[in-house]
Amino acid sequence: MQARLAATDLACRRGDRLLFRGLSFACAPGDAVHIAGANGIGKSSLIRILAGLLRPFSGEVVRAGKIGLTDERLALDENLPLGKALAFWERLDGLRNARPRDDVLQLNALRDVPVRFLSTGQRKRAALARLLNAAPPIWLLDEPLNGLDEQARKTVEKLVAEHRAGGAIAVVASHQPVVLPGAQIIDLAEYAA
Amino acid sequence: MIATLLRRDLGRLLPGGPGGAGVLPLLFFLAVAMLYPFAVGPDAQLLARTGGGVIWVAALLAAILPLEKLVADDLEAGVFDQLYLRGMSEEWAMASRLLAHWLAFAPLLLLATLPAAALLGLSGETTRTVLLGLLAGTPGLAAVGLSVAALTASLRGGAALAGLMVIPLAVPILIFGAGALARPDPGALLLTGAISLGLCAVAPFAAGAAIRAAREG
Repeated sequence: MQARLAATDLACRRGDRLLFRGLSFACAPGDAVHIAGANGIGKSSLIRILAGLLRPFSGEVVRAGKIGLTDERLALDENLPLGKALAFWERLDGLRNARPRDDVLQLNALRDVPVRFLSTGQRKRAALARLLNAAPPIWLLDEPLNGLDEQARKTVEKLVAEHRAGGAIAVVASHQPVVLPGAQIIDLAEYAA
Repeated sequence: MIATLLRRDLGRLLPGGPGGAGVLPLLFFLAVAMLYPFAVGPDAQLLARTGGGVIWVAALLAAILPLEKLVADDLEAGVFDQLYLRGMSEEWAMASRLLAHWLAFAPLLLLATLPAAALLGLSGETTRTVLLGLLAGTPGLAAVGLSVAALTASLRGGAALAGLMVIPLAVPILIFGAGALARPDPGALLLTGAISLGLCAVAPFAAGAAIRAAREG
């Protein structure tokens, strides 16, 4: 099945504020979208609408393919060592003792460290490791570069590029510049209501 | 997939796990049974007559203690979001949570009922009725607890509110479960079981809907 993600005429309302409206785009396999804009403009809400976790105020989203999401919510047990916390999701995603790409994200040395002791950047990398393990064709990344050092940023950009080369889709919401060759750039400020 | 989730939920909720209340509800339960004779005096007849009801009230209040972390932590951490994206509905996630919650608190509570009954000087027959009643009633208490915990998970100060909301909802279980002590009639126990099963059937849907509503909020 070919991955596909398309949004038609999306509008998002939070409370009594209309955050954006009239937003449409379509992604074919290999495409990437960079959602840009200042804090509070609705990037995270858009990501959650695309994931199906939030109902749009109007418009619709068409998805073909499984969705993978990383955002500021880590969804790992804070008290468990990182290895065990990730192992739950690995089992759920049907992997057994598989940690194929962890080294790319340099997490092997942290497997015995309880999740609550991890730094911001390490937590981001842990969330990405889970995404790599699950290997969904559509990636939704909410501020993936927050708290990452220069080397880790390059790794993330490389992983996204590899992911797209494999015929998958990446949507990246980031207020910072991200290297996404050939990506559509959606500046949410243009759609603000 | 559901087995994997159930294993995680149990690991979190059993005493010693990070998401449960540990042995605190049990100690609370035993403390009530221990304090009651001090409060009403050492009249053995009075204790034997009212002790069963006290155990029921203590069990109900002890069931409130684990609710604080039952759903709120995972909701906050986005666990249900990630489960949803993997195709697991909130209803299944809540059904697993319900079973894990019951297993983590009811069997130990039933065990603790034996020393509690001894402290209150209950007869063998009364103790049996209390145990059977609790066995029939605790799934219902767990179901009410889970629904309320899910409803209040996204609210500030939700834990205190959860405690208040559980009490009126648990009254039917208490009436029939503890009522079996007054009349030697198996009908009351059967009704308690029926109420419990009904609540268990509804709880995953109510709690699942609450999780979805919290996501939109």
